[in-house]
Amino acid sequence: MITDPAIRLIVNDLAVARGTRIVFAGLGFEVASGEALTLVGPNGVGKTTLLRAIAGFLPAAHGTVALAGGDTERSVGEQSHYVGHLNGIKPSLTVSENLTFFADFLGGDRAMTASAASQLALADLEDVPAAYLSAGQKRRLGLARLICAKRPLWLLDEPAVSLDAASQKILGGMVAAHLAEGGMAIAATHTLLGWGEGKTLDLGRMAAADAL
Amino acid sequence: MKAFLSLIRRDLRLAQRQGGALATALGFYLVIVATLPLGLGPDLNLLSRIAPGVLWVALLLSSLLSADRMFNEDYEDGALEAIALGPLPLELVAFAKAIAHWLSVGVPLVLLAPLLALLLNMDGRAYGPLVLTLAAGTPAVSFLAGIGAALTLGMRKGGLLLPLLILPLYVPILIFGVSAIDAVVTGPGGFATPFSILCALTLASAVLAPLATAAALRLNLS
Repeated sequence: MITDPAIRLIVNDLAVARGTRIVFAGLGFEVASGEALTLVGPNGVGKTTLLRAIAGFLPAAHGTVALAGGDTERSVGEQSHYVGHLNGIKPSLTVSENLTFFADFLGGDRAMTASAASQLALADLEDVPAAYLSAGQKRRLGLARLICAKRPLWLLDEPAVSLDAASQKILGGMVAAHLAEGGMAIAATHTLLGWGEGKTLDLGRMAAADAL
Repeated sequence: MKAFLSLIRRDLRLAQRQGGALATALGFYLVIVATLPLGLGPDLNLLSRIAPGVLWVALLLSSLLSADRMFNEDYEDGALEAIALGPLPLELVAFAKAIAHWLSVGVPLVLLAPLLALLLNMDGRAYGPLVLTLAAGTPAVSFLAGIGAALTLGMRKGGLLLPLLILPLYVPILIFGVSAIDAVVTGPGGFATPFSILCALTLASAVLAPLATAAALRLNLS
């Protein structure tokens, strides 16, 4: 799948409420093809909420999220990868079975599983049940679905959690390659991952400005 | 279609690796059916008369034991989020999950039922209808269990709430399943009428239950 060079994510006047509490309102930004956006701000300011709202898990109380130039038949979520705090891997399946499922289910290519495993330094572990992996290896396996199925928008929530320095570098390289192919990435992160973080959106400062 | 089949294949493989769900269900089925005669006393005629009903009720309870696992594990390890963003609509995810539950738990229970019928001295003419009605009715059992599993997602002790929510929905299946068997053994009605209604219930639940399950899943993902 070749990512359309004109694709862009447009978030317009977005407000998300959890129960009666408005987490944020009036949020608007654009992410163009090949661009990354880093969400920063203190804990509880709504970084995860924003990522989940873009993925479509949370309904927008107001405003819209759209992928201009994307596949009109699919929702924004179906054109995104969302990697949250949980890895979404099955402990009783082996590494390669997990990868094959991602590729088959998410509409990817089985041929990509080998390259995903080698890129994330999991190639030697292919026949090991995921339950035996360390926390960092599990995280890498969870991130491998970004490679198994190609999608234009990556939504990464603290992707570097439990990754060592070498693995963070691999992740940085993956995101940089994705951006170079014309993809987009939005990441909530506290650690700089070296993909040329691009634009920064400080949700904490926005909330402070609202309070004034 | 590829995504649909890959989800069923994965769930069957997980059920086979973990094994616990099936063993618990089969063991529970055996224990209920084996304990009941101890409580009722050694009246063979009585046992033989109530055997179809007992086998049906015990099967419903046994299949509910594993029902809360249908979505809970995927919810807890985050796989459900990845699945929700797949190309497959959640309605079809619910359908695939129910089929996988039926294949991994329902079918083995149906195969065990005629063996347990021996313990209850069931009438010889009832064996065929018993297996037929169970085979036709158990898919509905799995489809409806999916609604309960999705509603109780992430709830502590959700496994206890699930039977309360879902057992009432099993009443029509139970009534028509058992009356089809009774029709063969004691008459006077025909087997075809209650059996057709049972099949209709299964088909209706195959269409409607995934809609409810998907709605409950969306609610729990937000």
